[in-house]
Amino acid sequence: MTADAVRSEVLRPRSLSRARRPTVRASRFVLYAALLVMAAFYLTPVYVLLVTGLKGFDEVSLERMWDFPQGLSLTGFADAFDKLAPNLANSFRLVIPATLISAAIGSLNGYILAKWRFRGSEVLFPLILFGMFIPYQAILIPLLQVTRGLGVAGSIEGLILVHVVYGIPITTLIFRNYYAAIPNELIEAARVDGADFVRIYRDVLLPLSISGFVVVLIWQFTSIWNDFLFAVTLTEQSNWPVTVALNNLAGSFSVEWNVQMAGALLAALPTLLVFVFLGRYFVRGLLAGSLKG
Amino acid sequence: MLIAPSILAVGVFVYGLIGWTAFVSTTNWNDLLPDYSSAGLANFASIFDNPRFQIDLRNTTVFTVCFVAAALVLGLVLANLIDRRIRAEGFFRSVFLFPMAISFIVTGVVWKWLLTPSSGFNSLFHLDPTTNRWFTDETVIHLGSDSPVGRWLGDIGLGFLTSTNFGVPVAMLSIVLAAVWQMSGFVMALYLAGLRAIPDELREAARVDGATELRVFRHVVLPLLTPVTISAVIILGHISLKIYDLTVAMSPIGPGFGTDVPANFMWTTAFNDNQFARGAAVAVVMLVLIAIVIVPYLIWTGRREIER
Repeated sequence: MTADAVRSEVLRPRSLSRARRPTVRASRFVLYAALLVMAAFYLTPVYVLLVTGLKGFDEVSLERMWDFPQGLSLTGFADAFDKLAPNLANSFRLVIPATLISAAIGSLNGYILAKWRFRGSEVLFPLILFGMFIPYQAILIPLLQVTRGLGVAGSIEGLILVHVVYGIPITTLIFRNYYAAIPNELIEAARVDGADFVRIYRDVLLPLSISGFVVVLIWQFTSIWNDFLFAVTLTEQSNWPVTVALNNLAGSFSVEWNVQMAGALLAALPTLLVFVFLGRYFVRGLLAGSLKG
Repeated sequence: MLIAPSILAVGVFVYGLIGWTAFVSTTNWNDLLPDYSSAGLANFASIFDNPRFQIDLRNTTVFTVCFVAAALVLGLVLANLIDRRIRAEGFFRSVFLFPMAISFIVTGVVWKWLLTPSSGFNSLFHLDPTTNRWFTDETVIHLGSDSPVGRWLGDIGLGFLTSTNFGVPVAMLSIVLAAVWQMSGFVMALYLAGLRAIPDELREAARVDGATELRVFRHVVLPLLTPVTISAVIILGHISLKIYDLTVAMSPIGPGFGTDVPANFMWTTAFNDNQFARGAAVAVVMLVLIAIVIVPYLIWTGRREIER
């Protein structure tokens, strides 16, 4: 079992068959009270996003910030959508190809590093991993020069290239750990049957890779969608993804809070939906990126 | 080999470009057009001389220490609350974890609204906006040179420690709050995985020996969680050393540079002021700080893997 698989096992609640120790009612009460207070803290920003976003322009006042909207007004969302629609489209045009390409590359690299040990592969892996921890500031100035040199400066294509390249370490890491869990006997058996490198990958590993792909696709989708630094440095205004546009919107004093909050919610919605529906895989990606082996 | 293109890409885009940044930091390219004549270490001297960068180094230290400590403690508390066979465990876990799926920009925009002195938490809890100024507070808590400790430090030649450059900017604590909201769920997930990997027999054995719950936690559970703690510190630490998006969205510079960070200084120096060589020097300093944290960690995890 990979560490990933172990972790998804251990993330499950303790089995109920375990003998229940006698618990004092009061301590359970305190426990749930603490949990609810903490939950309220985490959900407060969501409440504020929703009630402010759903208020009309005339209702957004500093004193009544915490009140429920008098009547549901969608003007905040309509305004925010008007302003951010082109950027949401840019984000999708960026995220979909970048995510798919990085997953494909990560899978191939992970396969090679996990199953085809070659001289230097032990050294190579940490050298690749280092790339996911560097502060991107350390490559940003030359990166701008490189995108100019390649003729992709300012464009979404350029940004796709950048996310694919700097996604190599994390996607390789996740797939390598994933494939390391697949028994070598399976590969050996295929090799004895005369399967070559490509056929082993295509016929043996790929069919077993679906959940690995889901983890990597979600991880890359979320991090590329949420990226700000590369986008603000490398794209021109017409190609801004939604994070850059939202920051610009929120930095402008002429934009009302209800529009800002509605915009923030729109920018967060795609990754939030992914989290809600595929949270299990999201957590696995999260843990894979932090603890290995 | 099919991996060659990836190796080449990482070699060029990670190591090659880091090398190029390091080279640029030693040039005179402090104008729009590249000038690769050598400046030696003049750019480093210039940034370390800059009061703004000195403040940034203080800020990043304060942010890293406060954020890592707060997120660790909160994450550990949450994991322990969750790990008690509670009802609706999935719900609570998701509630604590969902901020991880959101971008720092969204977090910054929302928390700016929540901590705006004239509104937000101040109006919810009826706090006085003139004393609770959150990220607009220019106060820097520091040792007074007249205080007993300050005078003693002055006597032993450490008087510089009483300057505001060794203080805690209050405005930064608002950024810490937002960052903790975003990342503590991640620490919770790490600790929860760690807690559930500890066999119940170990705790039971300690209980049979008469240990109280607190002692079981302190002497059995916590030591076994050490690898998780190390990982969490490294991950949080390197994120906080390069924090940028959150401060940009919430408070890019702050009062008296109170929420300015090296990443922001790097960006404005290079891309607003076109002082690329100085910007590169800031980037090199950031890289060194992060490498000090990350390289030993990569070696440590590599060793652990070989031991298996």
